[in-house]
Amino acid sequence: MNTSTTTIDANIKKMDEQAKAGNMGVMKHLWLTAKADMIESLRSRWFMVYSGIFGSIIILLFVFGLTESRVMGFTGLSRLLIAYIQLTMAILPIFVLITTVRSVAGDREAGVFEYMLSLPVSLSAWYWGKMSGRFAVIFLPVITAMLIAVGVGILKGSDMPWAMVSYYSGLLLALSWCFLGIGMMISSLARSSDVATGAAFVSWLVLIMFLDLILLGVMVQEGMPMETAVSLSLANPLQVFRTAAMILFDSQLVLLGPTAYVILDNFSVNGYLAFALIYPVVIGTVAASIGYWKFKNSDLP
Amino acid sequence: MIQFNQVSKQFKNVQVLKNIQLDMNAGDRIALVGSNGAGKTTLIRCLLGQYNHQGSVRVHDLVPRENRELVLRHVGFVPQLPPPLKMPVEQLIDFSAKVSHADFDRIVHVAERLGLNTAELLKRPFVKLSGGQKQKLLISIALGRDTDILIMDEPAANLDPEARHIFFQLLSEKPKDTIMLISSHRLDEVAALVNRVIEMDCGEVILDDHVEDLVDMTSQLFCRIGVLKEEPAFVKAISEWGFTETVDAKIWEGVVAGPDRLRFLGMISRYAGLLSSITMNDGVK
Repeated sequence: MNTSTTTIDANIKKMDEQAKAGNMGVMKHLWLTAKADMIESLRSRWFMVYSGIFGSIIILLFVFGLTESRVMGFTGLSRLLIAYIQLTMAILPIFVLITTVRSVAGDREAGVFEYMLSLPVSLSAWYWGKMSGRFAVIFLPVITAMLIAVGVGILKGSDMPWAMVSYYSGLLLALSWCFLGIGMMISSLARSSDVATGAAFVSWLVLIMFLDLILLGVMVQEGMPMETAVSLSLANPLQVFRTAAMILFDSQLVLLGPTAYVILDNFSVNGYLAFALIYPVVIGTVAASIGYWKFKNSDLP
Repeated sequence: MIQFNQVSKQFKNVQVLKNIQLDMNAGDRIALVGSNGAGKTTLIRCLLGQYNHQGSVRVHDLVPRENRELVLRHVGFVPQLPPPLKMPVEQLIDFSAKVSHADFDRIVHVAERLGLNTAELLKRPFVKLSGGQKQKLLISIALGRDTDILIMDEPAANLDPEARHIFFQLLSEKPKDTIMLISSHRLDEVAALVNRVIEMDCGEVILDDHVEDLVDMTSQLFCRIGVLKEEPAFVKAISEWGFTETVDAKIWEGVVAGPDRLRFLGMISRYAGLLSSITMNDGVK
């Protein structure tokens, strides 16, 4: 055996020992994967469209003088934030679902997984790193657009609704994590990007369908107990966000009608606000964990 | 070092690998040949721990699927199709080097030896590189690490003759006990690189043979080719090998990497009716 062989053997043995001792750092690999995914996403067309949409929403809200209008006593920045969160709730879930499943399942089809997973990176670091990087990339434009709006509002002399800004930031975070988790799960379960896209769209459609108060009204009319109908709607993360966004400016939930009694009796306002932050994060984490289990136990490329 | 024990793999109703029984030992340089759908890529993916399968695969007595990091630390891999990564070349090298505990500069050095102008390319997205540049970079990442197993799927397909020669040199610099598994559709592409040939067909190993290993991977052949007349197709083909004309485009001279001799003669044979003389000298002009 020559000298170079001995050196290489020694290096490999050293690496093996470090790996066995756990010194290689799953966290380091997770961070490297997250960083790589962020760099990859920042150069993607979907990210430019995505950022452009949220930037445009804010610009349009200012251009159309929304801060000057008044709804249910709300004006200025509060009014703008209410409009922004409602629009975000309409756009973000479907955008996150479709872009996540297309890019993750697309990467698998295009051979990115085959190559990147031939490197000695652990599957947990790869999967959760990818999810973390993706989370940063989808959350940042949404929160940045909102913070820019707040900054501009302050410069224009509006009062700063700190409580609302903080809560809406948390709500956006929970919303992003929830749908990213669902997107990651669909990407792992579906073997092709076409199937994944279809499944993502159907999932979104089902959630939208159960947002429909008419549908819930029909259920109640057909004899379903009110509590069951409300529970069903509260299991829907989209409805949870919608109600939470509403409750900040309509604490009696007048807009919801009689269902408000069930919600307020069971939760109280503060309890519901907490539920609306925690529940979607749990849903996103559970969905992503199912995705990870499937990813880890099936063929990788 | 590598053992396939009754390995089978099925996709839905299609049996892609059928009871593969193979041992690969230190120093084996293996040509894995077979037509499309023969099972070469599936075999490689089982070895890389990327597929679930029946039977067992062991690398250094470890199961790749269960010991990914430990096994893949030993493996350098060059895929047939480069991944469409949008990240800059610098980021790709950095990621690969850090997860493999390799040296960034060493990978860059290998890339430069293969003819890549890394100063110019580091900031460019990987996906924007030419086919040859991508191939060279992936080879650099595989060879710029301390590994004792090299798995390469059509590694030299997109390389120019000069880069092929340097690639063969780089392979020859690997320790003698390195296992090399080189997959190709055609044996003549890789014949001179290997000392063992495994042929697959319909998911089965139909040939497993050791071959003579006399060709020095670093050797070069000085070649002089005489032709009867100037023929545009021949001129194009011989120019791609870096040959230059000397007398009225009837005598062509150039250098062919030793392991490339069979591939070169395969090309020349297409113009047999045009040839007036062939001289090939090992290492001397």
